[in-house]
Amino acid sequence: MDKQKSVQELDDVVVRFSGDSGDGMQLTGTLFADASALFGNGVNTFPDYPSEIRAPQGTVGGVSGFQVHLGSQKVNTPGDFCDVLVAMNPAALKANAKWVKKGGMIIADSDQFNEKGYQRAGYKTLDAITELNLQDFKVIYAPITTLTKESLKDSGLDNKSIVRSKNMFSLGMVYYIFDRPLNFTEKYYEIKFKKKPEIVVANKKVLRDGFNYAANIQAIPNTYKVKAATSLPKGKYRSINGNTATAWGLIAAAEKANLPLFCGSYPITPATEILIELAKRKDLGVKTLQAEDEIAGICTSIGAAYAGNFAVTTTSGPGLSLKAEALGLVVMTELPMVIVDVQRGGPSTGLPTKTEQSDLNQALYGRNGEAPMVIIAASTPSNCFDYAFTAGKIAMEHMTPVLLLTDGFIANGSEPWRIPNMKDYPAINPPIVPEGTENFMPYARDEKRLARGWAFPGKKGIAHRVGGLEKDFIKGSVSHDPMNHQRMTDIRAAKVKRVEEFIPEQEVYGDKEGDLLVIGWGGTYGHLLTAVQEMRAAGKSVSLCQFNYINPLPKNTREVFKRYKKLVVCELNMGQFANYLRMNFQEFNYLQFNKVQGLPFTVVELVDKFNNILEGK
Amino acid sequence: MEEKYLQYTPQDFKSDQEVRWCPGCGDHAILNAVQKGLPEVSKVLKYNLERYVFVSGIGCSSRFPYYVDTFGFHGIHGRASAIATGVKVANPTLSVWQVTGDGDALAIGGNHFIHAVRRNIDINILLFNNQIYGLTKGQYSPTSPLGAITKTSPFGTVEHPFRPGELVIGAQGKFFARSLDVDVKLTTEVMVEAAKHDGTSVVEILQNCVIFNDNAYDFLTDREHREDRIITLRHGEKMVFGKNRDKGLILSGLSLKVVTIGQGGFTMDDILVHDAYNPNPGVHMMLANMEYPEYPVAMGVIRNVKDTTYDDNVRDQVLEVMKDAKIKCMDDLLNSGETWDV
Ligand SMILES: Cc1ncc(C[n+]2csc(CCOP(=O)(O)OP(=O)(O)O)c2C)c(N)n1
Ligand code: SF4
Ligand SMILES: [Mg+2]
Repeated sequence: MDKQKSVQELDDVVVRFSGDSGDGMQLTGTLFADASALFGNGVNTFPDYPSEIRAPQGTVGGVSGFQVHLGSQKVNTPGDFCDVLVAMNPAALKANAKWVKKGGMIIADSDQFNEKGYQRAGYKTLDAITELNLQDFKVIYAPITTLTKESLKDSGLDNKSIVRSKNMFSLGMVYYIFDRPLNFTEKYYEIKFKKKPEIVVANKKVLRDGFNYAANIQAIPNTYKVKAATSLPKGKYRSINGNTATAWGLIAAAEKANLPLFCGSYPITPATEILIELAKRKDLGVKTLQAEDEIAGICTSIGAAYAGNFAVTTTSGPGLSLKAEALGLVVMTELPMVIVDVQRGGPSTGLPTKTEQSDLNQALYGRNGEAPMVIIAASTPSNCFDYAFTAGKIAMEHMTPVLLLTDGFIANGSEPWRIPNMKDYPAINPPIVPEGTENFMPYARDEKRLARGWAFPGKKGIAHRVGGLEKDFIKGSVSHDPMNHQRMTDIRAAKVKRVEEFIPEQEVYGDKEGDLLVIGWGGTYGHLLTAVQEMRAAGKSVSLCQFNYINPLPKNTREVFKRYKKLVVCELNMGQFANYLRMNFQEFNYLQFNKVQGLPFTVVELVDKFNNILEGK
Repeated sequence: MEEKYLQYTPQDFKSDQEVRWCPGCGDHAILNAVQKGLPEVSKVLKYNLERYVFVSGIGCSSRFPYYVDTFGFHGIHGRASAIATGVKVANPTLSVWQVTGDGDALAIGGNHFIHAVRRNIDINILLFNNQIYGLTKGQYSPTSPLGAITKTSPFGTVEHPFRPGELVIGAQGKFFARSLDVDVKLTTEVMVEAAKHDGTSVVEILQNCVIFNDNAYDFLTDREHREDRIITLRHGEKMVFGKNRDKGLILSGLSLKVVTIGQGGFTMDDILVHDAYNPNPGVHMMLANMEYPEYPVAMGVIRNVKDTTYDDNVRDQVLEVMKDAKIKCMDDLLNSGETWDV
């Protein structure tokens, strides 16, 4: 290894892997993230992939990216811009050049920068550096395809498999640049390709050859060192993404309630992975039903809830639209259910693989009649576990549907997670009606939560009928009485409101009063937090109030808002939460920062915005 | 009290709710037949009352669950199959009955209906076919005959109707039976058969809507011609019908044909024997599709074929995977896979 090269020590660094959809960039990025997490870094990732499975090869539309942010502290975002970009072809470079920090390092596969490659990516010239204005960047052209072929020429693999391994060559190069051990990734190969030892050997060789190649060439200007994080709480860690965490949180709730978990669902990006994770868990007795559509997804869950399972349904915006009528039925029958909406760009099919927070209105109001619903939003990949669990607890104990909002960003993003212990989670005690209860009244309620009893079919003496027609206040039989309808409407609203007694008060990051309160909800947490931290480090009086409980809002919300001179509501939609707050707390003036580009906020734009607000611009 | 299932009478299945169908509606007779059939089902299958769940969608027919004193769920329009499926998967020990109309099951709920049938989930579907939308006051339905004049087809419909039996068998249905509202005895008989069948059982009940489609089935109920226009099929028995039991069905080429025994050289030996258990749907499909006046209309159990059921498969798969699973609880799962210490 060339000792001459300078080592740059950094608190945090961002790497972006990009290539054709078929180039395996998601795996490459994931392996790098996992190796870094294992090394002890704080890690946060962001996959950015096209909605086409295989867009025409070499085109900008087919570029798939995976960004990894690592730090010597916990990192809360995947980073706005990257220090190192790996571009497997001209299209990847073209699509991602704008995300590289000025002066950053770019590793490109020179074999792909030929006439055909340039043409497919829509370049006007055959010179990416000039055309993309990359003169100030450290661009390293490496013949990655050729070197991979050379590396594996004796492997016995066919040409296609050999070329497919080039992502591992580039990963090897990146490992050298970040001084990462290879053993974790080698172990991964051994497990993943247990039945194909020749692939294990080949992958190991390419990875090492990539590493050695980077060590030997003079072109690598410097390597980076990002120390292991020392501030992380001690414990056993694993990496988790939001969708897996959501699935697991639901299973955890079922376990605490001692009831089987049932999920009726229909695949839809970016929510499908929840169904996939749940389908794996037959070992924990989870029943998944891939329904014929989203309506059947929720309706099978309604049947399962009625019959005494902890029932959930998972979807994204378009699917939530289809479920609307059935959601009203859950409100009416007052059965427990968790509905997960992993938000994506809308309206209509919109931007299926991109993130947005524009389903809030639909969640709050998207049903016929007066049909209020408990709404919770998770805010990080790992806390999807906690909020899915909490959603289950509220649903079952309060006998109510709970809509859990996540989004494509936290659903696909991953981070290291200190593994929780189930004994630290509270019990879940649904109001199950005992067999043989005398004079059972289906709509009689407990005073504390206003929850009705959950009477499972199969139990003696409590046969009863429920349905979507308005219910008598106590008996639950059909009632068209005007005053009864008013009373039932009131109590359904009161029941949702009552949940505020069972959720924590709203917390604020930063000072309890000051010049500016940044208000957010759900998955924007990491970016808002990082921006507020930067502002505070610069001595500005800025605090953050990130909501997880949307309906009902925490009881102290008004008290929190009162103590700041200015409020700005930041969200990835055109102001849905801001309007909701206006409706609830009319006395405040809400500034807004909105973005709908299918992308998360960047810390830079947030800091700019906050500075402008403070300066009265 | 363990043997309660031996002692039920129809009275035990009557709820305290006032029955609100129009006087003379065929639904009354069907309710009557079901309340008679349930004690019989209980006896045969040893089911206590709390095991029954009646699930419906929306429509006149879908009011049914309110009138049966068992567990009941009145759903939303078209979704009864999906709701019933969820009930059964959640608790496979329940006896799940779906009550649905021709609009509920075949229009708005067509998708759920065919998928329930395809999955062969063990539910019993009672499909009340009055060839009209009753509850919404008389619009045509997917089973209204071509040309039917209704409120929304003042000049006659211009669309071809579904034949429920054909749809069921086309969706790989394993059980299909047909009855007539006025024939309480036959309805009771086929519902017991439906209950005994493991898998999705569809019973089409031809039902008269006195208000919006009166007399639709007069050609079948009319006492004088009834026996010449209906053939009641029973497994293992000859396919004969007619007032004098002198008509029968034979296979002529690739089609069924009505012949008179003793005429044209046909004897009883030529008449087909009904094999409801035959997995091959060919003859069942032809029987289900027979229409008057070319043929008699088939009643009784037309198809009754054994196959694995969705709910059994779900249960077995879970048990199979659990048997030697490494992950036995949430803590196991959380600690599975790649982990590291800080
Ligand atoms: C989503 C929705 N669309 C429409 C309706 C109105 N609607 C109620 S019942 C019905 C048709 C009922 O016909 P059918 O299923 O044949 O039942 P029948 O009343 O004839 O027994 C319609 C259109 C509804 N309740 N819900
Ligand atoms: S409208 Fe027709 S189907 Fe409905 S209750 Fe009256 S007669 Fe029966
Ligand atoms: Mg009808």
